[in-house]
Amino acid sequence: MTETKPGFSLKSLSGDTHTFPGDGPHLVVFVKEDCETCNTAAPVVEALHKAYGDKLRVLMPGQSGADNAALKERHGLSFQILDDTSCKTSFDWDIQIVPSVFWIDANGRVVSHFEGFVREEWERLSADLARSLDVAQAQIDWASLPAWRPGCGSRHLYPEIYDKLRASAVGSTIQARRIDIAPADDVIEFMFDQGFSDGLPLVPPTPERVLRMLEGTRRTAQDLVATVPPNMGEATVEKIAINAVMAGCKPEFMPVIIAALEAVCTDAFNIHGVTATTMGAAPVIVVNGPIRDRIGMNKGLGALGSGNRANATIGRALRLIVGNVGGGKPGGVERSTLGNPMKYTMCFAENEERSPWPPLHVERGFKKEDSVVTVFAMTGGPVHIVDQESRKPEQVAGSIGLGLEGVFLPKLRNLPIDALLVVCPEHIDTLMSEGDYTKDRLRARIQEVTRRPLSEMVADEMSGAGIPKATAEKMGAGKLRTEVPKFAGPEYIHIVVAGSDAGKFSSAFHGWATGEIGSQSVSRKIDLG
Amino acid sequence: MTTILDPTDERKPVARRITPRTGALIGTVGLLDIRKPRGNVLLDELERQLATAVPGITVKRYSKPTFTKPCPDDLRREIAGEVDYVVEALAD
Repeated sequence: MTETKPGFSLKSLSGDTHTFPGDGPHLVVFVKEDCETCNTAAPVVEALHKAYGDKLRVLMPGQSGADNAALKERHGLSFQILDDTSCKTSFDWDIQIVPSVFWIDANGRVVSHFEGFVREEWERLSADLARSLDVAQAQIDWASLPAWRPGCGSRHLYPEIYDKLRASAVGSTIQARRIDIAPADDVIEFMFDQGFSDGLPLVPPTPERVLRMLEGTRRTAQDLVATVPPNMGEATVEKIAINAVMAGCKPEFMPVIIAALEAVCTDAFNIHGVTATTMGAAPVIVVNGPIRDRIGMNKGLGALGSGNRANATIGRALRLIVGNVGGGKPGGVERSTLGNPMKYTMCFAENEERSPWPPLHVERGFKKEDSVVTVFAMTGGPVHIVDQESRKPEQVAGSIGLGLEGVFLPKLRNLPIDALLVVCPEHIDTLMSEGDYTKDRLRARIQEVTRRPLSEMVADEMSGAGIPKATAEKMGAGKLRTEVPKFAGPEYIHIVVAGSDAGKFSSAFHGWATGEIGSQSVSRKIDLG
Repeated sequence: MTTILDPTDERKPVARRITPRTGALIGTVGLLDIRKPRGNVLLDELERQLATAVPGITVKRYSKPTFTKPCPDDLRREIAGEVDYVVEALAD
């Protein structure tokens, strides 16, 4: 073997510092007090120390803190147990099993290494040491010892210790500034004080949690995913993971968050404007494809509401990233007159299995087996559309159309503004009761039932909004008789299916400024690696 | 002690000095319309009042492509190169 091992300085129970490597050959044995096999090995190591100690430096890093003393006393060890309670040295040496034995020569090269207790290995080690050191063999009653006993897992591999060690290791993927919070300070309160929060408590993004979050994506921690307006802050995978931890996400949500962030940070989506507008817009995230079920998203009962971790925290993570990395904070660049609760979170999955139509992502050019996020800039909703009486397809489609009259203001029509319609399963059943009823037919029906003459849009004493009186006079009575639908075109009506089987309540999100002057919905395929 | 990781972009604010105020109004004033409804009404009135109050100055008018997005860099540079003052109007 030509392998060498990292140096260390550890304190013994009596407080002396022992440094590796020292002079001459070494026998280094990692143990923990509550491991039965370590207790089998300890007297053997003692015998080896007694026989070869003049020419062999025996070091025993113990992982058990104060209990190291019990191990020493129990076996009457005449050498010191070194304190590796933090397990940093065990981590650096990449110990898997204890006892873990290393015979290291005077040049620092590993001569032999084994784990656990295989009597033949220990016996051979003793013989080889005697030969190498040119001393008499240690007197050990090998026959009284078990032939084989498996070791125990090294304590540093316990998840709560391992992640901490990984996070602090040289070459760790973590590069974000570390903030030490004094024991007297409450971590949750500290994060509120720093302005990291959306108003709700955050999960502290400790290095261990962030490392675990990073395991949710195959992308490396320092990959740049997007520059986030308004400050054009750089959202690396690591920064996304930090905010995802704070939002309460699980690691498997990371690919969805990454795709959603890429989508909102396009010029087409214009998250700067969505954040800044006084109208109070927010991104609405719709997730399609196999990932919905894989990460446990809600597409059924209460899909637009609370209670599902993936729905709730993916949307929240996106908002936190825009606030913390992009700097879009209420009262700063975010200038909503009223805001809206979707600014906390708004994310749901389409109920593709309950839909007779191609799902949203297929309509937008993706394959059915792709997992895709689509983001919409919405200012209102979900506004429920209640129709429990209609039994004919054209009736329920008509009600859905009438339910969209409220977009912006009922009197305003011909709007080049998006709406995201969420049709519930019972309304789907009614729509399909007489045969296929396509999405395009539903869009046409919405346009049909919302047609009104332009004269109804003219500003008057009831409402000053709409066509100014002077403009209306120039248009003349003939032009004002022209009927226009709610939306400037059917392409502004986006349709998905979600919800449970019971209840005749569809819903709609109302858009913001749509198109190049404002925001366009954007879809991104989720990279599952 | 708990250690957490910084969730922000760790940006350090850049300190910029404000241009010295001379008390005089000489040169070219840029009026930037962000394209909100009636922004032109406000700027027309401002231009009229400036012409009356400070006859010696030149006024140049600019407008953003849309109020919903930040001012394009080219327009920002154009304004910076051509005027001594700029007034950005929001309106509504």
